[in-house]
Amino acid sequence: MSAARDAVLGRVRKSLGRKTISAEDRAELEARLAGHDRGVIPARTDLDAKSLVDLFVDMAAAVDTTIERVADADAVPAALSEFLARHNLGSDLRMAPDPWLDTIPWAGRPTLTITKGPSDGGDDVGVTAAFAAIAETGTLMLLSGPASPTTLNFLPGNHVVVLRASQVMGAYEDGWDALRDSGAMPRTVNFITGPSRTADIEQKILLGAHGPKRLHILLIEDT
Amino acid sequence: MEPTSRKFNANVRVALANDALQSALGKIESGFVVNRANAAARLPEFDALRDQARDIKDHTLDNLDFYLEAFESRVHESGGHVHWASSAADARRAILDICRSVDAKIVTKGKSMIAEEIGLNEYLEKNNIEPVETDLGEYIIQLRKEPPSHIIAPAIHLVKEQVEDAFRSAHEGMFDPGRSLEEPRALLEEARAVLRQRFLDADVGITGANFLIAATGSTVIVTNEGNGDLTQTLPTIHIVVASLEKVVPTLEDASTILRVLARSATGQEYSSYTTFSNGPRRNGDPDGPEQFHVVLLDNGRSDLLGGPVRDVLRCIRCGACMNHCPVYGAVGGHSYGWVYPGPIGAVLTPSFLGLDEGRHLPNASTFCGRCESVCPVRIPLLSLMRHYREQSFEEKISPPAERTGLGVWAFFARHPALYRFTTGLAMRALAWAGRKQGRFSTLPFAGGWTAHRDLPAPQGDTFQRQWSARGGRQR
Repeated sequence: MSAARDAVLGRVRKSLGRKTISAEDRAELEARLAGHDRGVIPARTDLDAKSLVDLFVDMAAAVDTTIERVADADAVPAALSEFLARHNLGSDLRMAPDPWLDTIPWAGRPTLTITKGPSDGGDDVGVTAAFAAIAETGTLMLLSGPASPTTLNFLPGNHVVVLRASQVMGAYEDGWDALRDSGAMPRTVNFITGPSRTADIEQKILLGAHGPKRLHILLIEDT
Repeated sequence: MEPTSRKFNANVRVALANDALQSALGKIESGFVVNRANAAARLPEFDALRDQARDIKDHTLDNLDFYLEAFESRVHESGGHVHWASSAADARRAILDICRSVDAKIVTKGKSMIAEEIGLNEYLEKNNIEPVETDLGEYIIQLRKEPPSHIIAPAIHLVKEQVEDAFRSAHEGMFDPGRSLEEPRALLEEARAVLRQRFLDADVGITGANFLIAATGSTVIVTNEGNGDLTQTLPTIHIVVASLEKVVPTLEDASTILRVLARSATGQEYSSYTTFSNGPRRNGDPDGPEQFHVVLLDNGRSDLLGGPVRDVLRCIRCGACMNHCPVYGAVGGHSYGWVYPGPIGAVLTPSFLGLDEGRHLPNASTFCGRCESVCPVRIPLLSLMRHYREQSFEEKISPPAERTGLGVWAFFARHPALYRFTTGLAMRALAWAGRKQGRFSTLPFAGGWTAHRDLPAPQGDTFQRQWSARGGRQR
């Protein structure tokens, strides 16, 4: 394939009127690549931490995400059981093998049947954590990895995300900074804003096209 | 697909007489157009972001060689492969070779305009591989064996009864023939059930890319259905097919442009799913593809980069120009005769297929400028269409009658006194001829106009004389 590569790059350079990039220009471009400079960040996220969480909740609700705010991690199993009962979803949960999710006292709800790992398409309810939440548009940021299978975000009909208020950030760029601080880029970064939807038939918006029909967030007030 | 852009006029006649199409097109103004305006109004920084989006794209194009090489080396670092393709045929061949390496039978596809541009489905079928479109709109048109009529809403030309017909015939034997498919919800549930199995059966998943990130080697897809994510997560191999100009420098640059993409396209604040992919699955990952390939398509773009329509390479394929185009709204996407309809298609089609094929499209515009006014990366669509109009004239590609007509007009335009005299004469003659009715229902040489509406008979004086009489400024 190197012949095709040379041909394409050769034509690009011919159109740009240069054979090579000067050392000076190259240094400038490398600096831009490494720099993480931000563009305009919408002022709607210039808020204190508490108001930022409120903005996240409002923006998420506007795109049909449902949210329940709970006082602490201990309250999560009961809230999740109620969500299941409300929608007649049985008691089987397919959960991400996430060490933080394991700290939640699930044993207090012995009726919940929890299995862990990726989804094979047969699960009604997937439960995951999230890496961060972006208040600007009510968006969740999820990373793939051994503790967070990507299939859980898309295959189960219902996606439940257990989130802490302290994970809420303002802009997407805050999420990128946090990701770089936490280590390397994972295979997949999913920004999820509401449940799956389509408007492909007569522009009528319907939820649950191929991904989850419901996106439910249990938001732990830890701030 | 075999282009029919040269038959634009014939295509339009068919489209104007198609009632289902006209009913479907009538919904664009109250849908996409209103939603975009509302989304823009909710974000005070919207226009500043459009300026930045334009500048990011321009900067990247100015240094495209650097950013493509950077992207390639980052993909390699994350364990992926990059395949450079000069032409559509090269890209198809590269994709087929990858599919054959795992003896693929079924290939699921996320929505990709580049796959349409290179005619991928037809080619895979010829080579005994079954491509399955998974975006609902794309799935519908695949069943109907027709091309998309819109770059983000491929089945926008259809009403639900046509979708029902397509499903009843394609899904025969899979469901109760007596089932009700009247409601869009029922149609969606059926498509979801059929495609869910296809996602799980596929050997290879092919997606396009909205962005390629030079700093990280990421490919980015933006969807609402989640079909792109299932397409790229479940099979053994994920192939991304993307054109050169999709590259942007950093994650922050992509984030800036993403702020104007969904708002311009559907009026959403953000699409449901924005996904950044980096190479194949990692050690310990419980899911994800084992191989990750990017096919980088040139197909004439490197030449456009050095030419007069270079600005068209800024396009992020949001579809706002066609949503706001009165001509598109009247004739629909299929009239344009190739992959890209609307104002952006009126520039891309002559750019990729030449003026012999595409010369009608830049003329299929009232030059009202609505497309330009909503373009999130501020592409000067009118200037670019005008460039191709001029080239058609200068290179004698337009028919002799059209060029003679323009020549006659140019002669009068260069002789103002003669122009004023002749138009004054013609106007008085028309006013006299139409003095009884006040309008014309037929006119020689203007049947195309009077077939659809009357021409009012002139009243009063010529514009120029009225202008002078009211003290208008003279040049």
